[in-house]
Amino acid sequence: MTMEWVNAIVQGTLLGGLYALFAAGLSLIFGVMRLVNIAHGDLIVMAAYLGLTVVSVLGIHPLLALVLVVPLMAGFGYVLQRAVLNRTLGDDLLPPLLVTFGLSVILQNGLLEVYSADPQKINAGVLETASVSVAGLSLGVLPLLTFAVALAVIWGLQWVFYHTALGRAFRAVSDNQDIAQLMGLNRRHIFGLAMALALGVTAIAGILLGIRTSFDPSIGGGRLIFGFEAVIIGGLGNLWGTLAGGVILGVAQTIGAKIDPGWQLLAGHIAFLVILAIRPNGLFPRISA
Amino acid sequence: MPEPLLQIAGLNAHYRDFQALYGLDMTVAAGEVLAIIGANGAGKTTFMRSISGLIANGSGQVKYQGRDISGLRADEVAALGIALVPEGRQLFRSLSVEENLIIGGQTGRKGPWNLAAVFALFPILKERRAVPATSLSGGQQQMVAIGRALMANPDLILFDEISLGLAPIIIRDIYAALPGIIGEGMSAMIVEQDISKALSVSDRLYCLQEGRISLEGASGAVSRADISRAYFGME
Repeated sequence: MTMEWVNAIVQGTLLGGLYALFAAGLSLIFGVMRLVNIAHGDLIVMAAYLGLTVVSVLGIHPLLALVLVVPLMAGFGYVLQRAVLNRTLGDDLLPPLLVTFGLSVILQNGLLEVYSADPQKINAGVLETASVSVAGLSLGVLPLLTFAVALAVIWGLQWVFYHTALGRAFRAVSDNQDIAQLMGLNRRHIFGLAMALALGVTAIAGILLGIRTSFDPSIGGGRLIFGFEAVIIGGLGNLWGTLAGGVILGVAQTIGAKIDPGWQLLAGHIAFLVILAIRPNGLFPRISA
Repeated sequence: MPEPLLQIAGLNAHYRDFQALYGLDMTVAAGEVLAIIGANGAGKTTFMRSISGLIANGSGQVKYQGRDISGLRADEVAALGIALVPEGRQLFRSLSVEENLIIGGQTGRKGPWNLAAVFALFPILKERRAVPATSLSGGQQQMVAIGRALMANPDLILFDEISLGLAPIIIRDIYAALPGIIGEGMSAMIVEQDISKALSVSDRLYCLQEGRISLEGASGAVSRADISRAYFGME
């Protein structure tokens, strides 16, 4: 009996890794340029479809497809930022919200047009079903791998932020755009690079999502909500907090599902609302909105 | 007469919805130090923002080294060698002291200023290089702001209200350091409320009043009476 609960918590923790990957890109974009990207979930789904296409055309393993999908999504992110999103940024928060909402609609319908509404899945062979037994618990290799990737991605982003010239530029632009510009940093280019990095992470999240569950063009909104909740629970601007937020969300969902299978999503949202009520800035906030 | 380093001709600029500058004309020669004085709201900060490219200007209004820079973005202006020490210091709060200085050198311009030179000028910054820049005292933060501008090895450095909000003893130290800073052939514009301080370090002065130049002259030659007339706009 106890073992079942421990199992639920462990499975939820691993699921939290995937949510943290959904959230990392959102967190990065908001942190650097105060842009709330409503299309983020649809970009995750787009990456999953891109992965699907690469896998079926080239006949390679989905994890190998990352080599193509990550740079493709990153390049798309840079162009999207320079050509569209930079024009919406200013003192007003509303234009970027409206434009990314519109982008979300366009992406969903575009995917529907190209791939139809049929649910799809990326085939990863034995990786999907392989499991290891640890202390009496049976853990899927894919969830373990996802969690490890989430740790690595967040560690990597953290390293970029605090130990590279690019990260210094991200932080400077985030602190004060005008003064950063005076230092010779072109914020439009820096924002483009931030979006490229965020969508590179999104590519990883999308492919892992596509291996884990079936997907169709309409599921972006749900992934966006999970990402948002993880970011808010963890506290804005703190990537390790985002991981913690993902884990809390994942654990709440699996525990909810354990009590009653219909409660999975509800339990996640309730955990989010409770934390928002107790700690409006999240658990580990680093920047003030 | 050689080509001036900076030539301002008929500069109009806006602060929010108001016109802040009306047809300003000004020249800065290479190696010259100008003082810009004027009451609050005279347009001094808008003027600094115009020159440094944070405000877009009409074509031909700002020429630098013979080139029209009126339409350039601030990062492009910075790359040409104009650096601003902004009012209120405005350090990057999530960057350490050292990172604030390094980012000042982002343009990659060559010259005498680098981390070691800035640390030699302000030794306290070397001691405190790893702490967040905004945890320093006001005077030390001003040193970082000055060092950050110097790291760009500018030909023209703009100081906007460097003594604002600082203790008199700190102001004295910073002004004592100024000749060493601008002695290297650099031109400077010093915006200042403290008129005697501004006069003591400058070659020429301009007084702004409600967006227009109300007085111009050699710093040693203008009288106190002229200045107060130009400053307040009354007899």
